[in-house]
Amino acid sequence: MAEFLSLAQAIEANVKDGDAVAMEGFTHLIPFAAGHEIIRQKRKRLSLIRMTPDLIYDQLIGMGCAERMTFSWGGNPGVGSLHRFRDAYQNGWPNQIEIVEHSHAAMANAYDAAAAGLPFAVFRGYRGAELPRVNPSIKEVICPYTGEKLATVPAVKLDVAIIHAQKADRKGNVLLEGIVGVQKEAVLAARRSVVTVEEIVDELNPPSPNSVVLPSWTVKAVVQVPGGAHPSYTHGYYKRDNAFYKAWDEIARERDTFTAWMDENVLRKGPEVFAAHAKKVA
Amino acid sequence: MSQTFTPNEMMTVAAARALTNDDVCFVGIGAPSAACNLARHTHAPGIVLIYESGTLETRPNVLPLSIGDGELCETALTTVSVPEMFRYWLQGGRITTGFLGGAQIDRYANLNTTVVGPYEKPSVRLPGGGGAPEIATSCGQIFITMAHSKRAFVEKIDFFTSLGHGEGGDSRKKLGVTTKGPTKVITDLCVMEPDDKTKELTVVSLHPGVTKDQVIAATGWQIKFAPDAGETPPPNETELKVLRELHARTKAAHGGNA
Repeated sequence: MAEFLSLAQAIEANVKDGDAVAMEGFTHLIPFAAGHEIIRQKRKRLSLIRMTPDLIYDQLIGMGCAERMTFSWGGNPGVGSLHRFRDAYQNGWPNQIEIVEHSHAAMANAYDAAAAGLPFAVFRGYRGAELPRVNPSIKEVICPYTGEKLATVPAVKLDVAIIHAQKADRKGNVLLEGIVGVQKEAVLAARRSVVTVEEIVDELNPPSPNSVVLPSWTVKAVVQVPGGAHPSYTHGYYKRDNAFYKAWDEIARERDTFTAWMDENVLRKGPEVFAAHAKKVA
Repeated sequence: MSQTFTPNEMMTVAAARALTNDDVCFVGIGAPSAACNLARHTHAPGIVLIYESGTLETRPNVLPLSIGDGELCETALTTVSVPEMFRYWLQGGRITTGFLGGAQIDRYANLNTTVVGPYEKPSVRLPGGGGAPEIATSCGQIFITMAHSKRAFVEKIDFFTSLGHGEGGDSRKKLGVTTKGPTKVITDLCVMEPDDKTKELTVVSLHPGVTKDQVIAATGWQIKFAPDAGETPPPNETELKVLRELHARTKAAHGGNA
């Protein structure tokens, strides 16, 4: 059953140095507040996994929390590059970071396989693409029924998944809505999971019997952090802060402006600052 | 025609025109998104737009900055998970046309969005392939939109992020790929199509006011021109009006440059 904890407690208990961590969210519901707590607790040597690492991984990498990143598209969507990731990868600042690179289809399938308890995923992919040359974990199998050559990738291996969601009820059941990405798969794939939510409610009232609901017993910790996805967004609550994504390009471009921003907005602050961004759309 | 327009507007309009009302389109951010939504607001109101974040039949009123903006989900018929999107909808062969772009392209429309320089020691580390490797092979056909320059249109791409026509000829078939691959490359200077046999990109029309010499100067290989290459019809008043309104709404919505 999910435990209700403070953000500091939830990260302290569930994220260890050297862990394989997925903080998922396909543009939507990105767990920024939880990422900031990891930075404040100075976790080291994390192996970060995510299809679309954006600003929160840029921040974790720039603050020296990571030693590896597994990804399929690493950028600031619609804006440009992740400057801190680039600086770490190309120049070793603040430390060298190793990459494991896939396509979206490969990672989506790898999460799906992990959630299903399979050792690897099989899909029609990577044909004529060069990634298999530089990523030795990409292999092939011959379909035993048709003879078709198909791509395989190992299932994602996760110590902990961290996601943000709309709400949880008092038992710790969690509801996700909107662009749900691979969050359900990530939670089911991980040994431990932390879910931050906008609200804790008496009744979950899923809008449909087919809504995406994670039962309490699949989640390790639930933490209420209103606004916890900002500058990403929470469908039904607040919009994506596209202006901040654009502003990040300048903030992260240079080491000193980045460090100053992190010091002022993360190291000297707590999760309560996110509440300013939480407002429910009528 | 007295109306003036920018090369970028011409590129978007030419890409929009290539789409039909019957297309089921896998849309990327940027120029493809503008082209697809322009088509939807003009000659192709029935076009189905799908974004890889999971939104099916989306009808955004403003262009998304990211592939997963709330606007896409709020205006979609339905939103599916990302594994379902890549497994059932893309791999399942339900997309007629995919849109791609890149940092580098070669004469066979192979694309690089991964690195400039060697993979292990790049001079520029780009965001990577994202959905492109499988979009390139699973969609019925591919349209490519890119700004035309010698830096982008190169003799040899630094990394094969996604397959175009490989080494030309029947390269795709040899790799077991049954879809058509790139059928049009639309730039801010011209429209190119692969030659029927060799699959080498050939200029089929030049945008108004653009000369062959300009295209030659902006291409890193000896670019070929179709014997009957003419002029791309300029954007009409409606196309420009709809496109500019779309950009104006987008700019207002995102608080800054769209």
